[in-house]
Amino acid sequence: MCNDLIIQDLHVSVQGNPIIKGLNLTVKQGEVHALMGPNGSGKSTLAKGLMGHPFYEIDSGEVIFNDVDVLELEPNERAKLGLFLAFQYPTAIPGVSLANFLRIAASAVRSAETNGSENNELIPMREFRKELRAKMTQLGVDDSFARRYLNDGFSGGEMKRAEILQLAMLEPKIAILDETDSGLDIDAVRIVGESVSSLVGPELGVLIITHYPRLLDYIRPQFVHILLDGRIVESGGWELTQVLEAEGYDPMREKYGIAETVQENTI
Amino acid sequence: MATPETREVDEIGISKDYQYGFHDDVKPTFKSRKGLDEEVINQMCDIKEEPDWMREYRLNAYEIFKQKPMTKWGGDLSQLDFDDIYYYVKASDRSERSWDDVPEDIKKTFDRLGIPEAERKFLAGVGAQYDSEVVYHNIVEELDKIGVVFLDTDTAIKEYPDLVKKYFGTIIPSADNQFAALNSAVWSGGSFVYVPPGVKVEYPLQAYFRINSENMGQFERTLIIADEGSQVHYVEGCTAPTFSSESLHSAVVEIVCMKGSRVRYTTIQNWAGNVYNLVTKRAMAYQDAQMEWVDGNLGSKLTMKYPSVYMMEPGARGEILSIAFASKGQHQDAGAKVYHCAPHTTSQITSKSISKDGGRSSYRGWVDVAKGAKGCKSHVVCDALILDRDSRSDTYPVIEINENDTNIEHEARVSKIGEEQLFYLMSRGLSEEEASTMIVNGFIEPLVKELPMEYAVEMNRLIQLQMEGSVG
Ligand SMILES: Nc1ncnc2c1ncn2[C@@H]1O[C@H](COP(=O)(O)OP(=O)(O)O)[C@@H](O)[C@H]1O
Ligand SMILES: [Mg+2]
Repeated sequence: MCNDLIIQDLHVSVQGNPIIKGLNLTVKQGEVHALMGPNGSGKSTLAKGLMGHPFYEIDSGEVIFNDVDVLELEPNERAKLGLFLAFQYPTAIPGVSLANFLRIAASAVRSAETNGSENNELIPMREFRKELRAKMTQLGVDDSFARRYLNDGFSGGEMKRAEILQLAMLEPKIAILDETDSGLDIDAVRIVGESVSSLVGPELGVLIITHYPRLLDYIRPQFVHILLDGRIVESGGWELTQVLEAEGYDPMREKYGIAETVQENTI
Repeated sequence: MATPETREVDEIGISKDYQYGFHDDVKPTFKSRKGLDEEVINQMCDIKEEPDWMREYRLNAYEIFKQKPMTKWGGDLSQLDFDDIYYYVKASDRSERSWDDVPEDIKKTFDRLGIPEAERKFLAGVGAQYDSEVVYHNIVEELDKIGVVFLDTDTAIKEYPDLVKKYFGTIIPSADNQFAALNSAVWSGGSFVYVPPGVKVEYPLQAYFRINSENMGQFERTLIIADEGSQVHYVEGCTAPTFSSESLHSAVVEIVCMKGSRVRYTTIQNWAGNVYNLVTKRAMAYQDAQMEWVDGNLGSKLTMKYPSVYMMEPGARGEILSIAFASKGQHQDAGAKVYHCAPHTTSQITSKSISKDGGRSSYRGWVDVAKGAKGCKSHVVCDALILDRDSRSDTYPVIEINENDTNIEHEARVSKIGEEQLFYLMSRGLSEEEASTMIVNGFIEPLVKELPMEYAVEMNRLIQLQMEGSVG
C-alpha cells in the first residue's frame, strides 16, 4: 500500500469563486513539506478541501491517498485512512472534555485500522489514560488540560498545543498543519515547533502551511513550495524560505504577474 | 409500579416510534371505573382506610378541580379527556408476568442502557419480587438509626399522621392550579421524607428503591421536610423508558427547607410518547436554606413542569437546573420559577433544551422580587439547541421586580449544531452521528455532571440512543 498523498490538478472553489486553480503536490510518508503563501492565497481552502469540508467545492482534480481517491470520502473516513488536519482556527466543543473526545476519536481512527468496523470499541480507560499521560508529558502539556472542555476558552497557544496533542494521539500518516504558528508569541512558537519536530519521523509525512517561516526554524522541511493565487508557482528546498525572508512575496508576485489580494483575514 | 392491562411502550420514548401493546396477566385487586366523581374518591379512601381529614381534603380538592377551567397556557391539552382515565388502580401485590413476556427490543434497550439485571425486571413490570426490596429495607433501617423517615406517602399518613398533616398541602394548596387540585383529590404513592435537625444524609435517597404497587403511579404525592441544618439529596426516576398505560401523570412535590438546611431533588424522567406529564413542584426555603432542583425531562407527549423555589427568609437560595429533550411529536414545556420574598436571597436558573425531529421545547420562567426584598440576586441562563429545521424552541420569561435594589440577569441563546463543529469532530474520525451525539452530550454536560454517577452514565447512553438514526 502507498501512503503518499498525491494531489493532481486540483481545483477548489468557495461559493462559486475559484480559489485553488490547478494544484499539484505529492507528500510522502516521512517527508516534511512547507507550503508558503501570503494571506488569502488559498492555503486554508486547500487544507479544508483536502480534509473534506462540505463548504469547499471540489471542481476537478484528484487527491489520492492510500491508493484511493479520497475526494469521494467523508471527513471521518479520510481521518481513518490516516489524514490529519491541525486547524488554523480550531472549533470549541463546550461540555466535552479533551480526554473524553480524544478517547472516542482515537478509538474511531484505530478501529478502522484493525478491522474497518463501524462499531467502535473504546480503548480501555486505563490503557488510554496511560498513553495520554505519556504523550502529554512528551509534549510538555499540563495535566489539567485533559479535563478542560475542547478548545472552550483556550488561549491561542493552548489551542495550537491541543491540536498537536491530537496529532500525537491519532498517529496519522500524513498531517497538514494550517498556520499552527500564527497568533503565537515567540515562546509559544518554539514550544509548538519542538513538539511537532518530536513527532516527525519515517511514519509521518507533514505539510506545514504557513505565511511566515518562523516555525520552520524548528522543523526543517526538505521541500518548500510557494502558493500564489491558488497555484504552486515555485518549489525548491530550504533556500526558498531565505529568499522569502529577505524579499517578501512582492518580487514573486511581480514575476508571476499576480496582483496583491486586498484582504487581511489572518494575523 | 402500576400494573395496567395494556402497556404501550415507546422504545426509548424519543427517536423511534416503536409501539408495543402487550398484555400482562396481572389482576388488579381494585380498579375504579373510568372518570371521576365523589363516589370514586370515597371508594378510594375506603380501600386505603384513610383518616377522615384526608377524605375531606380529597373531596374539597375535587370541588376545586371541578371549578377550575381547563388550563389554557403551556402546551396543547385539548386531547386530554378527564372522563377517559382510571383514577385509581390498586394492583395485586404479586405480578404474574414473567421476564420471558417482555419483548426482545425492550430487553435490548435495557442492555444498551446498562441497567442492572434486577432493576430491569422491576422496570419491565416483572418485579414484584424485585431484589432491591432487600436493599430498600436495609436503607430504611440505616435511616431509622439517624431518625430519618423515608416511606411512601400512604404509609406515612398512617405512621406519622401529625407530621404529614402539619405540612401536607401547605406548600402547594389544592387551589394552586388545575392539576394540583386533581392530584390532591386522587393522589396515591409518592414519597414522604423527614430529616431531623442537623442530620446529613450521606447518600442519595432513591425513589425507585421503594417497592410497592403504587410506585411510579399516575398521581404521586411527595413531601420532603428538611429540618433545621439538615441535608438530603432525593433522586426520582430513571433514564430507562417508563412504561405506562395511562396517558395522564400528574404529580405534586412539596418541599420544606427549614433554616440552614440544604435539599437537592433530582429527577430524570423518560416517559413513553403517549403521556401527558403535568407536574407541580415547589419548595419553600427559610433562612440560609438552599434548595436545588435538578430536572431532566425526556419523552412524553407533553410535559409541563416548572420547579419553583420560594425564598421566604434572608439568606435563602434557590437553584434550578433543567434539561428538556423534545423529539418527534413531543412538547417539553419546562422551566423554573423563583420568588424572592425576603431580602438578600439569591437564585440561579439554568435551562437547557434540545429539539429534534420536529420536537418543540419551551422555556417558561418566572423571576419575582417582592417589594422590600433588597439586595436580591438572580441569574437566569437559557440555552436552546435545535437539531434540525422542523424543530422548534421558544422562551417565555417573565420578570416581575417590585424592588429597585436588586440584581437580575437574564441570558438566552439559541444555537444549532454548527457545520464547523461537525466538520472538526468528523475530521478526527467521528461519524456525523457520533459527532452530533458528542455535541449534544457536551451541551447537557452541566446537568449530567450534577447527577449521581450511575445516572450520568445512563444519561449519556440515552442521548446516544436518541441520536441514533437521526442523521441522514
Ligand atoms: N468560508 C469562507 N467563506 C468565504 N470566503 C472564503 C472562505 N474561506 C476562504 N474564502 C476565500 O478564499 C480565499 C482564500 O482564503 P484562505 O484559503 O483562507 O487563504 P489563506 O489560508 O491562504 O489565508 C480568500 O479570498 C477568502 O476570502
Ligand atoms: Mg488560512
